[in-house]
Amino acid sequence: MARRTFSIGGVHPNDAKISRDCKIETLPTPPVVYIAVAQHIGAPAKPVVAVGDKVKAGQVIAEPGGFMSAYIHSSVSGTVKSIGPRKDLSGNNQTVVEIAVEGDEWMEGIDRTDTLITEIPQDPKEIIEKIKLGGVVGLGGATFPTHVKLSPPPGKKCEMLIINGCECEPYLTSDFRTLLEKGEQVVIGTAIIKKALGVDKATIAIEDNKPEAIEHITKVVEGLKAKSADYAGIEVLSLMKKYPEGGEKQLIDAVMHRQVKSGGLPIDVGAVVDNVCTALAVYEAVQKNKPLVDNSVTVTGECFPHQANLLVRVGTPLNYIIDYLGGVPENAAKVISGGPMMGKAIANLEAATLKGTGGLLFLTREQTKRMPDSSCIRCGKCADACPMGLEPFLLNRLAKAGNTEALEENAVQDCIMCGCCLYSCPAGIPLLDVISQARGQIMGIMKARAAAAKAAAEAAKAKTE
Amino acid sequence: MLVSPNPHLHSKTTTAVLMRDVVIALLPAVIVSVVFYGWKELLVLAVSVLSCVLVEYLITRYCLKKASTIGDWSAIVTGILLALNLPTTTPWWVVFIGALVAIGVAKMTFGGLGQNVFNPALVGRVFLLISFPTYMTHWEIPQGLFGVDAISGATPLGVIKEGLMQGASVPELMAQHGYSYSQMLFANIGGSAGEACAIAILVGFIYLVARKVIKPWITLSILGTVAAVSCIFWLANPAQFTDPLFNLLTGGLLLGSCFMATDYVTSPMTTKGGIIFGIGIGFITLMIRYFGSYPEGMSFAILIMNSTVPLLNNWFHQKKYGRA
Repeated sequence: MARRTFSIGGVHPNDAKISRDCKIETLPTPPVVYIAVAQHIGAPAKPVVAVGDKVKAGQVIAEPGGFMSAYIHSSVSGTVKSIGPRKDLSGNNQTVVEIAVEGDEWMEGIDRTDTLITEIPQDPKEIIEKIKLGGVVGLGGATFPTHVKLSPPPGKKCEMLIINGCECEPYLTSDFRTLLEKGEQVVIGTAIIKKALGVDKATIAIEDNKPEAIEHITKVVEGLKAKSADYAGIEVLSLMKKYPEGGEKQLIDAVMHRQVKSGGLPIDVGAVVDNVCTALAVYEAVQKNKPLVDNSVTVTGECFPHQANLLVRVGTPLNYIIDYLGGVPENAAKVISGGPMMGKAIANLEAATLKGTGGLLFLTREQTKRMPDSSCIRCGKCADACPMGLEPFLLNRLAKAGNTEALEENAVQDCIMCGCCLYSCPAGIPLLDVISQARGQIMGIMKARAAAAKAAAEAAKAKTE
Repeated sequence: MLVSPNPHLHSKTTTAVLMRDVVIALLPAVIVSVVFYGWKELLVLAVSVLSCVLVEYLITRYCLKKASTIGDWSAIVTGILLALNLPTTTPWWVVFIGALVAIGVAKMTFGGLGQNVFNPALVGRVFLLISFPTYMTHWEIPQGLFGVDAISGATPLGVIKEGLMQGASVPELMAQHGYSYSQMLFANIGGSAGEACAIAILVGFIYLVARKVIKPWITLSILGTVAAVSCIFWLANPAQFTDPLFNLLTGGLLLGSCFMATDYVTSPMTTKGGIIFGIGIGFITLMIRYFGSYPEGMSFAILIMNSTVPLLNNWFHQKKYGRA
């Protein structure tokens, strides 16, 4: 049988999952945590604690700052030392709540035992409220507030829930380990999200370079289906290993053979996509009353001597994690937050983890070196690689010419920044660098145009009234 | 610590790797041509490759005052292709002029690799064909590496064209000269070195496709068009028109469709554009063969279609995700 995958583009980097056999280990609590109030897409949360307050682990320290926002909880027990700006991993100031750790006292009502609760609540409203109170956000990278995603706008109907277990980024293994070690929780979380959406079908999609995970989750799903009708309709789907399979748009194409229109949302084609770690966070928030205060982080790289998958409290300083594993190796030239294709190079190792931090990757200069760029030989490899069907060579040329009209016409705004073009260019042309800048510019122009059109329509309306 | 935008990894396939793969793919044809035509062919190859590399080096270093680009292997590819397009008997200085035109005029004046509109090796060849017709139409029947007396003669395409003009029919001419398809497939027909052995060229082509250096669509489109169109003519009048197999196996059709039409720089970026490009090449080649004054039209057909590439790139785009 042909291996199923998305239909346009994609590349096959060496998946280098060298930390795949490392069990998730709990990192000791650091002496101090720095919890950012903006850890999600949308409005930053508003702090509700003051300097000097005693807080417990799991206590709300910031409330949603708008509709598109999320609760932030303390990940430790201790005293609030300061609330103010601190440099994030790029070196930009962000508001953080600094908490000095004292003991490990948790809020009452939080169940931290391993006891599985397979019986799920039946009321979607109750589920979504619990997810909101748990501060759950998407852990696949975008950190979209989950309770917002699970409340589709009126008129839009979800037909399929897709749980994203692709982990198509090379090196990262925290999703894989979560599937193996907390498979039951992930599947129960899936059933809960399915219930909240009122949808019949859910697909847990896993790339076929993780056969153990596919086998394990299939078994877990079968076991739970035998127990309760709540698990009917959950299927496990094996997908061909190809980057960027875990991209939301690509995954919908691979699983449902549908494509989200440019500028549209997955729900437009009846899909909701959540990461496996999000499903786990949903399980913990709904079944165990435990808010999202810790997440698993892969620490890896060929030059890094101690591969690990760690369960880390949100707000742990990155250098605390690295020192725990023996410090930055001498030959590491770049430390990346996330995977090597879409992750961010870290400028400031004193920055702290966020809810969405999934990996710390160490690369040597040799591994991450860019070739000096030479002439485009028009091989078309960038266009073959682009999972959005764009023509990066053309966008690059148009961007250099400053032709904004043609850039928009050739859909630069559809770029998902996956890096396939730059990865595959034999001439080493910094395609994505140029394209992402042009994309920002075009999106700005489109936004301004939409705002102007809206203002004009309102003015016309006011005039007629 | 280094800080730069994503992606942080890069594929190991560089321009030099791709061009080296093309050289490897040309090796079977090179080896077969040397085995069949002997040391003289080796001389043509050596002069051609060395001249191409030298001309590019001198132009980049001393005219453009830039870093030399010979490390990307593309001049070597041009050199081999030019040599395979010339008769074994071509004098060394004619080969050098061909290289000078190919690299100096067709490639470097446009700005070097990636900028040229026309395939450099073909421009070199056509320049020589028009400037030195005597050298360029004086073919040798392969006598092997140790053959002593070279027999010169015309290529099958030339023989047929000549014969038809004198009123003979195709089947008569085929029988008279004893042309067989197995001969054409495995070498031993007159022609430029690279035209001699179909199998060697196909082996190289399969290597390039398997290594994902090129996609097969342009080549298949040319071969399909030639087969289909010549089939119609042949069925209509077998006395006047040669059959599809003869057209596929003779002249520069295979070398051209596998190695020259698929040149990245001078072919369309998209598969759709490539198929139109191939249909054009196949059709023009056959029209020149059937109705033109030259016996062979592959070089002209590719060069003509090279000039349509910017247009084809404008007309044909990839299918974009989520857009009609």
